[in-house]
Amino acid sequence: MKENTEKRRRHRSPEQRRDFLRSLCFLSPSVLGVSVFFVLPFAVVVYYSLTDLGGQFVFLDNFKNLFRNQVFRLAAMNTLRFSAAAVPLAVILAIVLALLLEARIPMKSYFRTFFLSPMMVPVASVVLIWQVLFSYNGTLNVLLTHYGADKIDWLQSEYAPIVVVLLFLWKNLGYNMILFMAGIANIPKELLEVADVAGAGELYKFFHIKLRYLSPTVLFVTILSLINSFKVFREVYLLTGNYPYTSLYTLQHFMNNMFGSMDYQKLSAAAVIMAIAMVILIAALFAAEDWFGRDVEG
Amino acid sequence: MRKKRYFGRTLDFLLCAVFALAFLMPTVLTITNSFMSEAEINANYGAVFAGGGGGYVSKNVNLKFIPDKVSFSQYIGGLIKSPEYLVKFWNSVLLVVPIVAAQVCVAAVAAYGFTRWRGRVRSFIFFFYVILMLMPYQVTLVPNYLVSEWLHILNTSWAIILPGAFAPFSVFLLTKFMRRIPYALIEAAKVDGATEWQIFTRICLPQCRSALYSIAILVFIDYWNMVEQPLILLPSADKQPLSVFLSNINAGEIGLAFAMATVYMLPSLLIFLHGEEYLVEGIAHQGSVKG
Repeated sequence: MKENTEKRRRHRSPEQRRDFLRSLCFLSPSVLGVSVFFVLPFAVVVYYSLTDLGGQFVFLDNFKNLFRNQVFRLAAMNTLRFSAAAVPLAVILAIVLALLLEARIPMKSYFRTFFLSPMMVPVASVVLIWQVLFSYNGTLNVLLTHYGADKIDWLQSEYAPIVVVLLFLWKNLGYNMILFMAGIANIPKELLEVADVAGAGELYKFFHIKLRYLSPTVLFVTILSLINSFKVFREVYLLTGNYPYTSLYTLQHFMNNMFGSMDYQKLSAAAVIMAIAMVILIAALFAAEDWFGRDVEG
Repeated sequence: MRKKRYFGRTLDFLLCAVFALAFLMPTVLTITNSFMSEAEINANYGAVFAGGGGGYVSKNVNLKFIPDKVSFSQYIGGLIKSPEYLVKFWNSVLLVVPIVAAQVCVAAVAAYGFTRWRGRVRSFIFFFYVILMLMPYQVTLVPNYLVSEWLHILNTSWAIILPGAFAPFSVFLLTKFMRRIPYALIEAAKVDGATEWQIFTRICLPQCRSALYSIAILVFIDYWNMVEQPLILLPSADKQPLSVFLSNINAGEIGLAFAMATVYMLPSLLIFLHGEEYLVEGIAHQGSVKG
């Protein structure tokens, strides 16, 4: 306690003030750049979302219009559904892969390389290959007909989101897996040995020890996958264009098309909602992680 | 007991192998198919990409890994006959190299600021950086367009380079690395009368050399494959990087697309093979957001 007050008093000393100025010297280039290229655009978004075409302040009208807009509702629902399916899969499968590689199997480092390889494939060839695999005359349908099943138009039907989820997983699992492998390496070995001696089963060890220690990693991977689930629009767009099958029309398509028609009001309102949703989700995830990893330090 | 474990391990291995094959398939397919002649490509994939040139087109797609006859015609066509691909490739280099260099430099200085001095204001700024880092790019991409219009850098490479140079991602990651440097090292240098700049360049930077590598690799791979920033901020086609142009190669030139994608993959591939340890370390250290 006493130390604490001493520290606080020191904070006002001239030495500390000089330190503050020094730190400002180091921080200012970055803070300046971030302000211009990241914070200022965000301010512009907020401004547009609250004003009408003539710059008149309209408070929440743009948001009300947006929520009444059928297309926006469709896009928001599709995005929500996609992320709700893709993100948990990306987390769970990455844990499974990390645990698999953790078990001492031969050629471990090769497998790691293989799983990371999607990182470097250019988007264009990913899209080409996905077309070869999933288009109406594509490889998958060739296989299906070979086994007597009917052809499915994967990209132009209710199945389309599944194809995109597969693409998303292919792209992101390796990265997530590395994060989990690092997390697993940080679990104290003694704890697992004690559990072994006490005769704990693999499942018990996983849920009561490993997962506890992994909870910060789970949080990070969840957030990362969430952001990446928005990025998959790039591939969807190249696969199916501006107006894809209804179930693939996401918020990003909506925003893209609003940009095309110069409707900055709707666009900004959608962006603000997206930002608010992100902040709420992240806060909720932080709270969940706090609760879940409550008696684990670090 | 032992037998059971052995069996389990074999199963693990097989499972991994299946996953690995699926993951590796697109990469391998891109590379091997780039050595097929136009005719072979059309015969194999004509069914998918309707409108592909003449010749025999099978009704169904024929996924093939090994070319019938290795042919460099796609490379010759793309690299020698039409130099525009080389120009775009060079455009990519001119955009990505400055971004990587600038982002790492700016981030190193800022990360030192965040590591060396802590306080309420600075932790708030740092937290704000994390939030910005986590924002989907769609939120600010269009306003970025307006800001670069206002700064008169729209449709110049600065519109891509400047936001890239200040992206908060590297600051976040590098700060996490730097906080691991023992404080005693810095304190000792200070006692010896070193200035802050000297502490930064002579003690801090050498200590996190591998971190700088891994961040540079991560940033490079990310920006090398960018598509949407140049589409919006750099509309003139002659300035765009190859990553954008690759997606515009039309359906009749699939073979060319594979060949150019392979060429484009080369730098990432080399970096990947030489710096995988750094790459993995860079990813691994992101760990928890709070740290």
